Amino acid sequence: MDILNALVAILNFVVIPAASYGAQLALGALGVTLIYGILRFSNFAHGDTMAFGTALVILVTWGLQAIGIDLGPVPTALLALPIGIALCSVFVLGTDRTVYRFYRRKRSDPIILVMASVGVMFIMNGLTRLVIGVDEIRFDDGARFLVSVQQFRAWTGLSEGLSLRVSQAITLAVTALACWALFRFLSRSRAGKAMRAYSDNEDLALLSGIDPERVVRLTWIIATALAVTAGTLYGLDKSFKAFNYFQILLPIFAAAIVGGLGNPLGAVAGGFIVAFSEVAVTYPWKKIANYLGFQPEGLLQLLSTEYKFAVSFVILIVVLLFRPTGLFRGKSV
Amino acid sequence: MSHTRQAEAHGAWRAPVLFLVLALLFLAEGTFRNALFSGSWNTALGILNMGLISAIMALGVNMQWGYAGLFNAGVVGFLALGGLAPVLVSTPPVQGAWAAGGPRVILALAVGLGTLVLAAQVWKRVPGRPRVLALIAVLVLGFVLYRFLFDPAVAAIEANNSASAGNIGGLGWPVLLSWPVGALMAAAAAWGVGKVALGLRSDYLAIATLGIGEIIVAVMRNEEWLSRGVKNMSGIPRPVPYEVDLQADPGFVARAAEWGLSPGLASGIWVKLLYAGLFTAVLLALILLAELALKSPWGRMMRAIRDNETAAGAMGKNVTRRHLQIFVIGSAVIGLAGAMMVTLDGLLSPNSFNPLRYTFLIWVMVIVGGSGNNWGAVLGAILIWFLWIKAEVWGPELMRLITLPLPEGAFRSHMLGSAPHMRFIALGLVLLLVLRFAPRGLVPEK
Amino acid sequence: MTEPYLSATDMHGGYGKADILNGCTLTVDKGQIAVIVGPNGAGKSTAMKAVFGMLNLREGRVTLGGEDITALTPQERVRKGMGFVPQTHNIFPTMTVEENLEMGAFIREDDFRDTMAQVYELFPAVADKRKQNAGELSGGQRQQVAVGRALMTKPSLLMLDEPTAGVSPIVMDELFDRIIEVARTGISILMVEQNARQALEIADIGYVLVQGANRYTDSGQALLADPEVRRTFLGG
Repeated sequence: MDILNALVAILNFVVIPAASYGAQLALGALGVTLIYGILRFSNFAHGDTMAFGTALVILVTWGLQAIGIDLGPVPTALLALPIGIALCSVFVLGTDRTVYRFYRRKRSDPIILVMASVGVMFIMNGLTRLVIGVDEIRFDDGARFLVSVQQFRAWTGLSEGLSLRVSQAITLAVTALACWALFRFLSRSRAGKAMRAYSDNEDLALLSGIDPERVVRLTWIIATALAVTAGTLYGLDKSFKAFNYFQILLPIFAAAIVGGLGNPLGAVAGGFIVAFSEVAVTYPWKKIANYLGFQPEGLLQLLSTEYKFAVSFVILIVVLLFRPTGLFRGKSV
Repeated sequence: MSHTRQAEAHGAWRAPVLFLVLALLFLAEGTFRNALFSGSWNTALGILNMGLISAIMALGVNMQWGYAGLFNAGVVGFLALGGLAPVLVSTPPVQGAWAAGGPRVILALAVGLGTLVLAAQVWKRVPGRPRVLALIAVLVLGFVLYRFLFDPAVAAIEANNSASAGNIGGLGWPVLLSWPVGALMAAAAAWGVGKVALGLRSDYLAIATLGIGEIIVAVMRNEEWLSRGVKNMSGIPRPVPYEVDLQADPGFVARAAEWGLSPGLASGIWVKLLYAGLFTAVLLALILLAELALKSPWGRMMRAIRDNETAAGAMGKNVTRRHLQIFVIGSAVIGLAGAMMVTLDGLLSPNSFNPLRYTFLIWVMVIVGGSGNNWGAVLGAILIWFLWIKAEVWGPELMRLITLPLPEGAFRSHMLGSAPHMRFIALGLVLLLVLRFAPRGLVPEK
Repeated sequence: MTEPYLSATDMHGGYGKADILNGCTLTVDKGQIAVIVGPNGAGKSTAMKAVFGMLNLREGRVTLGGEDITALTPQERVRKGMGFVPQTHNIFPTMTVEENLEMGAFIREDDFRDTMAQVYELFPAVADKRKQNAGELSGGQRQQVAVGRALMTKPSLLMLDEPTAGVSPIVMDELFDRIIEVARTGISILMVEQNARQALEIADIGYVLVQGANRYTDSGQALLADPEVRRTFLGG
């Protein structure tokens, strides 16, 4: 029995990775849920918005590096992030103007908007490939570890190591900051309340003199900012590969639905629920069982990592079966 | 008023004219050899064959979208599942594989399925507080038992001659038989997803199918015992003769010489023509069935539901059940196309199942062709497929022209190298433009 | 004779090709309560929506305080002093009572805390729940929030579309009392009601609409006393 080492192992292999992955999903799901709440459709282009925005951030990062600007231990990408967000927002607002606004004015069926978002997805996907290619790209400069395994072992004298990468720490910090700012904005500011009012009751919001186009523009900008942030953090944490951002769409949708589409708090909770389930189910628990005095035969891995998307899917199905409005009562059905 | 009559007359000729244009495109591809066309009948027929299969996929999607307004974002999954059928049905049995773990795998799968059924029953029957506990107990026990049965069996099968096989093997039955089997497999999966996701918001089906699509493809990539996973499964039997056999047949060589063709060229063309005939027959049969169904009371009700779900629901029609029916049927057609595609390729390669190519490209075909109209879907499928293939050639050519005034250098070579990616942008633009300016497609619904 | 504060004269129009309103005229003076009653499908709600600009009139004009507002959008009419409480979906359910009122005052640039205090004074029951989500309140309290929201723009004309639909008789009486109180502050009230008898009790002027046109127009008491009206529209 070695509870201390078991705890460290759980922290190192489950809690930290799941928390940072959950934070990335939460930011993505927040964007999906905001767009759903205001524009009333599931945006299939969200994954590719993340990819496109991240590609822009990488380009700006390279540019900054080329002229010799960096942030020391912190990745230069963080400095490039606001520029990437601004550029990507301009593009996304352009798609709203040229694509979505038409269907919004016509009050088209949501599924037509979903279809239109597929078209936008194709274009963004192609643009991403065009500007940065399809290869895997690493763009995390600066220090790699906040706490490395060797350091941790030296400090604690435990046999089990623990590492905290800079990208993980930054992910958690940036996500906390973004959520704090967003929720403060939604609950305190006039524009944020107008957004909630519009999401709650579009017609009454119009009667109250809220300008729908302003609300929609604001929503796109916020959702894009969250998406590009999520994409950049994900890319720093793992690496950048355009196709991965299409695949992350499923866990993001699952997170948003679990939390209740249209409910921002739910999206954050959903992101962590999906991430923790995914990591817990695909992690081989053998090592931890060993520390606790068991000698299992197998790896004690419930599902191989190739099937991690199955976890989001199962969560999605369970929620649709038992509580289609999500855990936090979103709109919908 | 004359304006409308004109439009109607115009509409009657529209489909035949468009099909004629399509035929001319293929004719050009087969005969002219220049920057735009290959001048090879082998290439032209190759594009046509895959175009015909795409047409069947588009028919399936059109049933779901055009008849019922259901968005299936997991076409690739149903297609891949259908593609599994030729491997399981028609490849020769693998020596020793069945003995190594066949029955045990079947038993494991039965236990897995049984667990889900039992769980559903428990949820329905057991009242009150113990319900959740009972459900969890059933699921946990079922999962442990399943893994206990499944893991050793899979290890044994994969260890059996792992260099060239390592899979469970097929039944060695005729490959044509695997086509309906593929349809059935896709239908079964569709029933499961539809049961859960239909009857809720329309986006939910899209998201759930997106998930099932990714999972089916993941299963086929990783379950080596099933179809060798990413090692690919080749040598799938054919319903038509092999080129080498034809070339060895003196009678065939003589007839080829009469046409003035080399045996190699003639055999390639002949095999492709046979496939084209086979696919056309299936396609026409499907269209006939679909048109008959659409004109039946069932089809009228389907369209009534699509046009006004609330009213149809108020009239006592069980909308969700009808949607489930059409969703399953459409997915079966997609599964059939998957089986046909794998038969044509003679190869099952799970890595090639890319959602952009096999889900969203099919969607573009349906939208461009004219959702709700079967002929429109067929036209859209063959046309878009033709353009998709040709864009691979035309894109770089076009980019070369555009970048001609630019100086040689990194930027120009980057642009030239990126030309293939332009296909996605073009496709997205086509989808958006059609959706906006011609939402009823090239051949609108009558 | 001076022109009434609100005057909507000879309104014709509908949503599609067929007209629902066929020459309907509604006028309300300052501080008056006007009630529109009539059988189902008579175009009561449509008439009110026409006054509010939610449907295009083919004929007729609407003036408010002497100013022609026929061409204005509903949002512009709100700025001119109209307040409208829809029959359903008239609150923001996931926002607090206080936020609902704030949204009501969205177009106001000045300090609206006084108005909010007045609304709370008028509806003490919801004042106690100001931090609670409006969607969690009872039916009658939701209606109070809805009316309160419309009052936040300090309208000179308040329009209510069946404010008592689906609430208990006790709540209805209470709500009517509040409406009288609102009218006493000088705000004109135009309201559509299913509960014709009770509504006419408090009406200064009543309109009985049939097939999109005025059938009877008189003071509330006079209509209640009219045997013809009683027999045909009030059930004896």
